[in-house]
Amino acid sequence: MGQDNLTTVLAKTPLYGAHVVAGARMVEFGGWTMPLQYTGILAEHQAVRQAAGLFDVSHMGEFEVTGPNAGVFLQGLVPNDVLALKPRQALYTQFTRPDGGTVDDLLIYRVEAGYWLVVNAANIRKDWDWLHEHRIDGVSLRDCSEEWALLALQGPKAEAILTALWAGDMTPASLQSFYWMDGSLSGIPVRVGRTGYTGEDGFEIFCRVAAAPDVWNALLEAGKGHGLQLAGLGARDTLRLEAGLPLYGHELQDGITPVEAGLGWSVKQKPEPYLGSEVLQSQKKGGASRRVVGLRLEGPGIAREGYPVWFGDKEVGQVLSGTFSPTLGGPIATALVWGDGSTATHLDVQIRRQRCLARVVSLPFYRRSK
Amino acid sequence: MSVMQGARYTQSHEYVVKAGDDVMVGITPYAAAQLGDVVFVELPAIGTRLSKGQSFGVVESVKAVSDLYAPIDGEVVAVNEAVVEEPALIGEDAQGRGWMLRVRPADWGQLEASELMSADQYESFAGEH
Repeated sequence: MGQDNLTTVLAKTPLYGAHVVAGARMVEFGGWTMPLQYTGILAEHQAVRQAAGLFDVSHMGEFEVTGPNAGVFLQGLVPNDVLALKPRQALYTQFTRPDGGTVDDLLIYRVEAGYWLVVNAANIRKDWDWLHEHRIDGVSLRDCSEEWALLALQGPKAEAILTALWAGDMTPASLQSFYWMDGSLSGIPVRVGRTGYTGEDGFEIFCRVAAAPDVWNALLEAGKGHGLQLAGLGARDTLRLEAGLPLYGHELQDGITPVEAGLGWSVKQKPEPYLGSEVLQSQKKGGASRRVVGLRLEGPGIAREGYPVWFGDKEVGQVLSGTFSPTLGGPIATALVWGDGSTATHLDVQIRRQRCLARVVSLPFYRRSK
Repeated sequence: MSVMQGARYTQSHEYVVKAGDDVMVGITPYAAAQLGDVVFVELPAIGTRLSKGQSFGVVESVKAVSDLYAPIDGEVVAVNEAVVEEPALIGEDAQGRGWMLRVRPADWGQLEASELMSADQYESFAGEH
């Protein structure tokens, strides 16, 4: 937790006690002990698609970047256009390496004092070091990860649940996608972004660590009549994969660029150079020799991370993420493919000793109806 | 926990229980609960010869892949196609409709082997794991 520690004590979020009381199965994730599931991954997944789910994602890291050069500094580190952000707007982007590979992916919020960054839990230290290594004059950095809890309220009923508890200048209904607002939830000060990682409408709610259990309980109470369920990392993973959203360490890695990962939409044409800009712009124009594709397996077998991908007798790729899709009722996967694999319409995934036919599909696997 | 008196249990959470000239093999309700929602099962073909301790198939939850291990030597005489079609049966009724294989034992004496646990022994074993 921001300190060097030779023991492998897992960090706990301020909602650890609430998870245990709720009967969660806890697992290690990125150095944290987190709820994998409460009632079951399938039920939690369906609740988010059909009603609403509440996730504890307090393990995520938060950095504050301020100072007169904060915007210019970030503009030089990420492929998306930080300087185009309007007040209270947020964007999805990546920290990229000079070779185009991905250090981490993150959200950047434009706040009064500068910028607010939300990064992956397992990469907090790596990102912090990266920012320091590249810091320029006129930029202040602060790691606020231990001061903030983060809850994700996701699903078609999220707006109604938040509205029931909300007081503020703006209303949840008026908050646009990828914007944030301040207000109070059951009287507790919070900052809420209309963002998420599930493919559904929803909100991410920042509050002070000490207030997290009260915010959690208030949301649960307000959600009772709306079918709100607690949801763990298991459902978070199936939801994000169906929605075609990358997970760092899988679709995005130090050795995979955002363009290869199919995130070319977030790699903008902008006048300022940034780390990796040459590689990324050339991949965007000329196409990358490797790419991340979606796979629908024809049989019931489930492709898992690391399984080889074949095109005829040539090994042309590797599975990055794979699961059973609760919404589609069958196995889905993403794979990094190269050579002939990158243009094929069908590929074989090797599941144990068998080759299983898979159809190459465009991502996402699931898109919500508006 | 629901265990079947008379059944024998492996440390890898398979059960084996006598059924006439054969035995029925599956995984325990405890194991099914640990796995979470079961979404895929791969079982051997009828006629396959199982050898004790060797993997005979896999069971997968949303999150994880687990091997299945043969509790005894024997020949597969029936496979529960219903669980292949509907893996959720394992979570609902692991020792009933969620059975996996019907096996003709090569050596009935193996059922009494000390590596296999009685219902009571398994109950306390699972309680500790």
